[in-house]
Amino acid sequence: MPEPIIRTEHLSRFFGTVKAVDDLSLEVPAGIVFGFLGPNGAGKTTTIHLLLGLLEPTQGQASVLGFDTRTQADAIRAHSGALLEFSGLYERMSAQDNLDLYGRIYQMPAPARQARIKELLTHLELWERRQDQVSTWSRGMKQKLAVARALFHHPPLVFLDEPTAGFDPVAAAALRNDLASLVAREGVTVFLNTHNLTEAEKLCAQVGVIRQGKLVTVGAPDELRARTGGPQAEIVGRGFTEQILTTLREQPEVAHADLHNSHLLLELRGESEMGPLVSLLVHAGAEVEEVRRGKASLEDVFLTLMEEEQR
Amino acid sequence: MNDIWTMIWKETKDSLFQGGRSALIRPLLLIGILGIGFPWRFGLQWLALTPVVMVLFLYIPYITIISFVGDAIAGERERHTLETLLASRISDRAILLGKIIVTASYAWGTALIGLLLGLIVANLSKGQGSWEFYTHVDLLLEALALSLLTSLLGVSGGVLISLRSATVRQAQQMLIVATLVLVGGGFLALKAVPAQAISSLSISQIWLIAMAVLAVLDAILLGVSLVSFQRSRLILS
Repeated sequence: MPEPIIRTEHLSRFFGTVKAVDDLSLEVPAGIVFGFLGPNGAGKTTTIHLLLGLLEPTQGQASVLGFDTRTQADAIRAHSGALLEFSGLYERMSAQDNLDLYGRIYQMPAPARQARIKELLTHLELWERRQDQVSTWSRGMKQKLAVARALFHHPPLVFLDEPTAGFDPVAAAALRNDLASLVAREGVTVFLNTHNLTEAEKLCAQVGVIRQGKLVTVGAPDELRARTGGPQAEIVGRGFTEQILTTLREQPEVAHADLHNSHLLLELRGESEMGPLVSLLVHAGAEVEEVRRGKASLEDVFLTLMEEEQR
Repeated sequence: MNDIWTMIWKETKDSLFQGGRSALIRPLLLIGILGIGFPWRFGLQWLALTPVVMVLFLYIPYITIISFVGDAIAGERERHTLETLLASRISDRAILLGKIIVTASYAWGTALIGLLLGLIVANLSKGQGSWEFYTHVDLLLEALALSLLTSLLGVSGGVLISLRSATVRQAQQMLIVATLVLVGGGFLALKAVPAQAISSLSISQIWLIAMAVLAVLDAILLGVSLVSFQRSRLILS
């Protein structure tokens, strides 16, 4: 089995009495987009800081690209790219100079820098405005440039900390598409911090869920759905009385039943047939207009996990 | 060394000459004051590098520095560019030294141009036809060394204060207070020295002592800045 690109063992970082990251043990395989999901303040950014060797862990250890985060942090930073909480662009400099700066930092020769600037800015449709001061650009353009900067020196691993945070849905979707195409083209491993579940669902091969510094679960989105929530059904109609709900909840194949604005939401155990349940509803006097089956979304999984942890 | 050059390149683009032609106003204004205004006003006194001329000559580059050195770290923190820079492979030392070299060179360069231009303007102002150089070459060399040391004092002190300030405004306010303390402290120290001891020294020897004091202060401040500039501290601040 190939060596994971990131491995943490009981990694912890405390700030006084606050446990920002608490006993995190995690393995991220190479070549995938790994989503690190969690609400605000869960410890996602601190985890990236620890993995980049910007912060010393209080306990535990971590290795990134085979380098120890305590003793070989320089090597980690030399071989990875990062787009942190803020884009970190020099707004008084041009887009070209921003990329050129990071090319110089990563000791790329001038011809390679120029070629790479053209390649990335053309791919992201920013080439025409390469000489403009970045301060004159829109937020979406700046963030695309910041993604390009993180990938500029062909790192095998990139850390992205909530790259679409604060974007409207259209801009977020556009950036996500650019991100997906770049990542696929460059064949890079991505450690993606996000609380945007749609983003995680679309981009990530594996996700880890963190809450209050603790890793709650980790796995492929499909695995998490299967583990956390069973199949679901939504029944649209009228006449769903409290008595009908009670009867439904007594059925062995129904794990959970709830009513939301004349929509009956059922969580089922296993791949149960819907026929007998619909028949039961009709015989009890309800009018059924539509029946839809589906799987739990990553959002459902996430919310369930958060609720479980809170209990 | 490559990393320091990278930072020098970056600082020159981002800090000194940002904003196109309007960015040239500040250095041109300074050179105008130091190389044209004062030499024209002082005439031959300027060429003699009298104590008043010397103090003005050192004061202007120092003021230049404290007007923008506060931006060095606090500005990067305020604009959220520091964290990304720290997440790259560039060393702490290269970031700091790059900033110090660029800012000190800017101030010292302004002083050098001021001296050169001042020579021409002072000669033109006296209008006697004959051409005179600076009267005392030893004082000229001391002026050059002192302006470098004063620039370094402003930069290393400024970077240190900028490191500990949350915003550029806070850094600038602290720099003004630190300058007042420095000037006041220097004045009190001079008062504490017996008048006889001072009168027994030549002006050149007084400037040499000032150079030694400045060199010690520069070394201390630079050392403290290098020790204080650490990624883990900056990420947390």
